[in-house]
Amino acid sequence: MVPAIQLNKPLVMPARPAQGVQWQRWLYRIKRWVLLAFAHAFCLSIAAGCVFPLAWMVSSSLKTQSTIFSDMSLWVSRPHWGNYYEAWTRGHFGQFFFNSLFYTLAVVVGVIAISSLAAYAFSRLKFPGKNILFILLISTMMIPIPGSFIALYVLLVKLDLINTRLGYILPQVNGGLALGIFLLKTFFDKLPQDLEDAARIDGCNKFQVYWNVALPLAKPALAVLVVFNALAVWNEYLLAMLVLSDRSLMPLQRGLMVFQGAHLTQYPLLMAGIAISIIPIVTLYFLMQRYIVAGITAGALKM
Amino acid sequence: MNWSRFKDACTTYLFIVPAVLLFSVFSLYPFLKVFQLSVFEWDGIARSMQFVGLENFRTGLFHDTSWWISMRNAGVVTLLALTLQNGLALALAMIVDRDIRGKNFYRVVFYLPPVLSGIVVGLVWNWIFDGSHGLLNHALAAMGLERWARAWLAEPETALFSVAVIHMWKGFGWGFVILLAGLQAIPRELNEAAYVDGASEWQIFRKITVPLMLPVFFLVSILTVLGTMQIYDIIASTTNGGPGYHTEVPITRILAAMVGSSRFGYACSLGVLFGVILLAVSMVQLRLSKWSQRFS
Repeated sequence: MVPAIQLNKPLVMPARPAQGVQWQRWLYRIKRWVLLAFAHAFCLSIAAGCVFPLAWMVSSSLKTQSTIFSDMSLWVSRPHWGNYYEAWTRGHFGQFFFNSLFYTLAVVVGVIAISSLAAYAFSRLKFPGKNILFILLISTMMIPIPGSFIALYVLLVKLDLINTRLGYILPQVNGGLALGIFLLKTFFDKLPQDLEDAARIDGCNKFQVYWNVALPLAKPALAVLVVFNALAVWNEYLLAMLVLSDRSLMPLQRGLMVFQGAHLTQYPLLMAGIAISIIPIVTLYFLMQRYIVAGITAGALKM
Repeated sequence: MNWSRFKDACTTYLFIVPAVLLFSVFSLYPFLKVFQLSVFEWDGIARSMQFVGLENFRTGLFHDTSWWISMRNAGVVTLLALTLQNGLALALAMIVDRDIRGKNFYRVVFYLPPVLSGIVVGLVWNWIFDGSHGLLNHALAAMGLERWARAWLAEPETALFSVAVIHMWKGFGWGFVILLAGLQAIPRELNEAAYVDGASEWQIFRKITVPLMLPVFFLVSILTVLGTMQIYDIIASTTNGGPGYHTEVPITRILAAMVGSSRFGYACSLGVLFGVILLAVSMVQLRLSKWSQRFS
């Protein structure tokens, strides 16, 4: 029996039979090949299961209201691209799209600016109350408070921020701070101090050192944060449902639900809307996927 | 204190003021406010609130069957996610950890569902599970299994399970990425040495992989519990708690108390209750993690 370990991290191949025993070598090769084939068949079928619902969604978005319930083919021979135009204009997905884009940009810029400033101070500067403040800020990452959206809602009503763009943006900037400060502080801690000392001697003040030296060096960590926060904001739903009731302010996720509520069975248009809503995020994912993997593992395994 | 020292301290504080300000207003205040509101009866609009002590908690604990049904539903989905979803994630991670081709391809594809929003995933599967025109029913019909066809998300027997399937489809790739990272952190030499010493595949798994991966297993299961118990977006975009109470989950109950019946105090007490339960479960898991590591 050829142990499955031969598929493992490259080994020195000790199991390979000695030269000359021809049939044993063949047997070894065949078994190895069969194991590899099984491994790939399993992984590929799961991968197909991941992609298929999305392919089905795109294919549905190109059918018409009359063919979608009867035509079950995945490949649409006469694609109805007009669905996208109709979803964009009549379904208001154009508006939702730009709202989502605006919220995402605003929150990402806010999180990066505020958390990098704070992380730099926590890593490099001395001030009283530093440790306790840091623990307090990070603890929001650890403690689950499932009911806090009720109080948040009450607060936004009080501040007159309900149904405003600002009322949707500020809580999400705050939501991104804990991870941002945590990641950037650990990153700044590992940077050599010498560069900053040199800049200080050359006459830079604290802010200039942060802006001209520390921040450019932190680009990898910043990229992780950009991707993470962009995904979180683009996919956010609960807060949008509670805070925004004007259609002109709604982001895509909220818009999708409103559209579905109003046109229950217009599947082609709904699927076109979904496709519109995932194109940017999937593109971002493909471009930046190595930062995402780095981010999840850094965030999860170092906790 | 001279002027320049004072100015120096001020600029230092300027670095953290925005973060502290946002944190106090949007994290600390709501956190405290939830506890305060949980002992009041309040409709969310009126100027006056009525102090009721622990009455809200009493109702939530002993008289609200729908709340405990929602906890049970989320618990069922969580158990399925812990076993099936994480089991699949581990199996895939262990295969991809080996020296096979397409490692990065698999990683990219498996992490595609977690990148999508719960709303999008829910709406797409809603269409696949649709009772009259859905893809699943068409596929069953094509295989001659018409009698199995049903409105998967609308019938009491299958609704919760269908929601669990959607949730696991969306979630396994995330477990896969973390588990794979954990596996790849195991020094290769350990496996090689064991193999040269004649250890079998199972022995290597049992004596090397499992002990070294225990912290990662516990981390993944804690995050799975926290994430799955708080499931909401997928429910909102598929069943919205129905049929009956069959797919109600804690968040939908809290929202129903808040938006549906305008009982803000009661909703807050449910939130506190839920938070305490989640915290307790994570604490137990952390303890177990520490305890089990003593043996390896």
